[in-house]
Amino acid sequence: MKLDSMYQDVILDHYRNPHGKGLRDGDAEVHHVNPTCGDEITLRVRLGGADGQTIEDVSYASQGCSISQASASVLNDLVVGHTVAEALATGDVFLELMQSRGHELDRSDEELEEILDDGIAFAGVAKYPARVKCALLSWMALKDAASQAVQKEQERKSA
Amino acid sequence: MTSSTGVLPGLLDTDAIRKDFPILDREVNGRKLAFLDSAASSQRPRQVIDAMSQYYERHHANVHRGVHTLAEEATALYEGARDKIAAFINAPREEVIFTKNVSESINLVANLLGTADEPYRVGPDDEIVITEMEHHSNIVPWQLLAQRTGATLKWFRLDDEGHLDLSDIESVITDKAKIVAFSVASNVLGTRPPLEQIIRRAHDVGALTLLDAAQLAPHAPLDVQALGADFVGFTGHKMLGPTGIGILWGRQELLQDLPPFLGGGEMIETVTMEQSTFAPVPYKYEAGTPPIAEAIGLGAAVDYLQSIGMERIAEHEHALTAYALERLKEVEDLRLIGPTTAEERGAVLSFTLGDIHPHDVGQVLDEQGVAVRVGHHCARPVCLRYGIPATTRASFYLYSTPAEVDALVDGLQTVRRFFA
Ligand SMILES: Cc1ncc(COP(=O)(O)O)c(C=O)c1O
Repeated sequence: MKLDSMYQDVILDHYRNPHGKGLRDGDAEVHHVNPTCGDEITLRVRLGGADGQTIEDVSYASQGCSISQASASVLNDLVVGHTVAEALATGDVFLELMQSRGHELDRSDEELEEILDDGIAFAGVAKYPARVKCALLSWMALKDAASQAVQKEQERKSA
Repeated sequence: MTSSTGVLPGLLDTDAIRKDFPILDREVNGRKLAFLDSAASSQRPRQVIDAMSQYYERHHANVHRGVHTLAEEATALYEGARDKIAAFINAPREEVIFTKNVSESINLVANLLGTADEPYRVGPDDEIVITEMEHHSNIVPWQLLAQRTGATLKWFRLDDEGHLDLSDIESVITDKAKIVAFSVASNVLGTRPPLEQIIRRAHDVGALTLLDAAQLAPHAPLDVQALGADFVGFTGHKMLGPTGIGILWGRQELLQDLPPFLGGGEMIETVTMEQSTFAPVPYKYEAGTPPIAEAIGLGAAVDYLQSIGMERIAEHEHALTAYALERLKEVEDLRLIGPTTAEERGAVLSFTLGDIHPHDVGQVLDEQGVAVRVGHHCARPVCLRYGIPATTRASFYLYSTPAEVDALVDGLQTVRRFFA
C-alpha cells in the first residue's frame, strides 16, 4: 500500500508511545491550533545550562492525528539537551524536508538522517500537502515557545 | 464490488444515473472511487456541464444590456434559470435572488437587518437567535451583526441525541428577537429540526426567520411558501450545480421594504450624480454582472433533479441511510454522532472510530478509493458540544449506492487493523 510511505512504522511507534508527552514546568508556554482540522498542542519549553540557552525540557499536551502526535514525540527526541539555536536549525531542516513535496533535497540522505534521525520517516508525509501542517504543528509551537523563553531569559538578565 | 441495486426498496436506478456523472467513473489510488462527500460539494452531471459550455460556445453576452441577438439569448437563458429555480421551490420569480453561495445569502440578510428601518432594524436592545448546530456560515454573520449593533446573540442547544433542545423555546425566542436563523438540515448530525414549531414561535413574537437550506434543497422537496419562513438560502454546488452560485429567497414585500446592499449596475432605476433610485426586486440585490453561466448551470441542475423527482431522491437517500446505519453497527468502536435512526435524519453520517483521529481515518480510506470528509465540518460548536475534536463524515446523494456503503465499511475495518 502506498500509504506505508506515509505511515512508516517509526511514525506509528512514536504515535503509540509518544516521548516526553505531558505538561511539566516550563519557562514559556504556547498553544497552537491547526484551524482546518482542529489539531491542538500546548507546549512548554524549559531552558537551563550555563548560559540559559539549553533546552532542558520540552513538555506538551496535544490532541490530533497520528502524524501530529508522532511529530511532537520526534521533536522531543531531537531538541532536548540541545541549545535553542541548534533546535531551531534542526526545525529548519525538518521544514525543508516537509516542504519538499517528495522531491530530492540538496542534502544527502546520510546528512538528513544525521540531523533528523527518526524525523526522516516523515519524508513520505511531504507528498500529502494536506498533512504537512500536521507534521509541522509542534515545530511551529516550539519555535514560538523557544523565542518567548529566550526573551524572558534576556529580560531577567537585564533586570 | 457487485451492485446491490434493487436489493433495497426505494433505491433509484443508479446504474443509469451514474452514466451522467463522468467523474464517478474515476479511479483513485488504483481503486474504484466511492465518493461519499456530497454534503461538502456534490458532483455534477454532463447535462449541467453541457448547459454551461453550450452557453459559452453559442450564447454568451452580458445580460439585460443590449438589443443584439446574443444579449437577448443570454438574458433569456439567465432569466429562464431564475424561472426554473422559482418553480423548484414554489416561489414567484421576483423572490429569487442569485448570490455567490449560501454564505453570501446569509450575510446579505444579516447586513440588511443592520441597516434597515424599523421594524426590521436590529439594534442594541434586540436579540438574534441561532442554534448550536449551525454551520459557521450561519453563525459568524450573526456574530458580526451582533457586534456591530450591540444586539444579543442567543442560541438553542443540542441535546445528547443530536436534536435541538426546544424545551426553553419561550425564553430563547422572546419578544426582543428580531431574527431567528437556523438550518433545516444539519451538515454534521443530519438532524432535521421541527421547523413549524420554531417558525410559529418566531412569528408569534414578531421576529423574522431565515432558514439555511443548504443541506435540504439538494435532497428533498422544498416549498418555501408552505414553510412560511421569511428568508431561505441554499447553495448551487451541493445540488449538482456549479460553484459560484447560490440562492436567497425572500418574501417580496419584505425585500421591497429592506434597503439595498451592494450598489452598482443592474440594481438601479435611475442614477444622477447626487442619488439613485433602485430597481425592483430581485434586481435590487444583484449589483453588477451576475454569474450568468453559473445561474444557467444551476437551472440545468434543477431540471435534472426534477427529472428524477425530489421525493424519489429523498426515498433513495433514506434507504441508503438506513442501510448504512445498520452496516456501521458492525464496525467496532464506531460512535455515531447525532440521531440514530434514518427517520430522524438526512443522509449524512458523522462518527468517531475509537481514538483514531479522523485525519488518519480519512487518509486510509482515501487509499482505498473512499472519499469522506474529516474535521469539524465548519461546525466547530457541534464538536465542542459532544467533546470531540473532529469527526469522519460520509454523505450520500442520488448517485450513491449500497456498494459504496459496503466499501466504506470494509475501508473502516482496514483502518482499524492499520492503527491497532
Ligand atoms: C448547512 C450549511 N450551511 C452553509 C454552508 C455553506 O455553503 P457555501 O460554502 O456554499 O456558502 C454549508 C456547506 O458547507 C452547509 O452545509
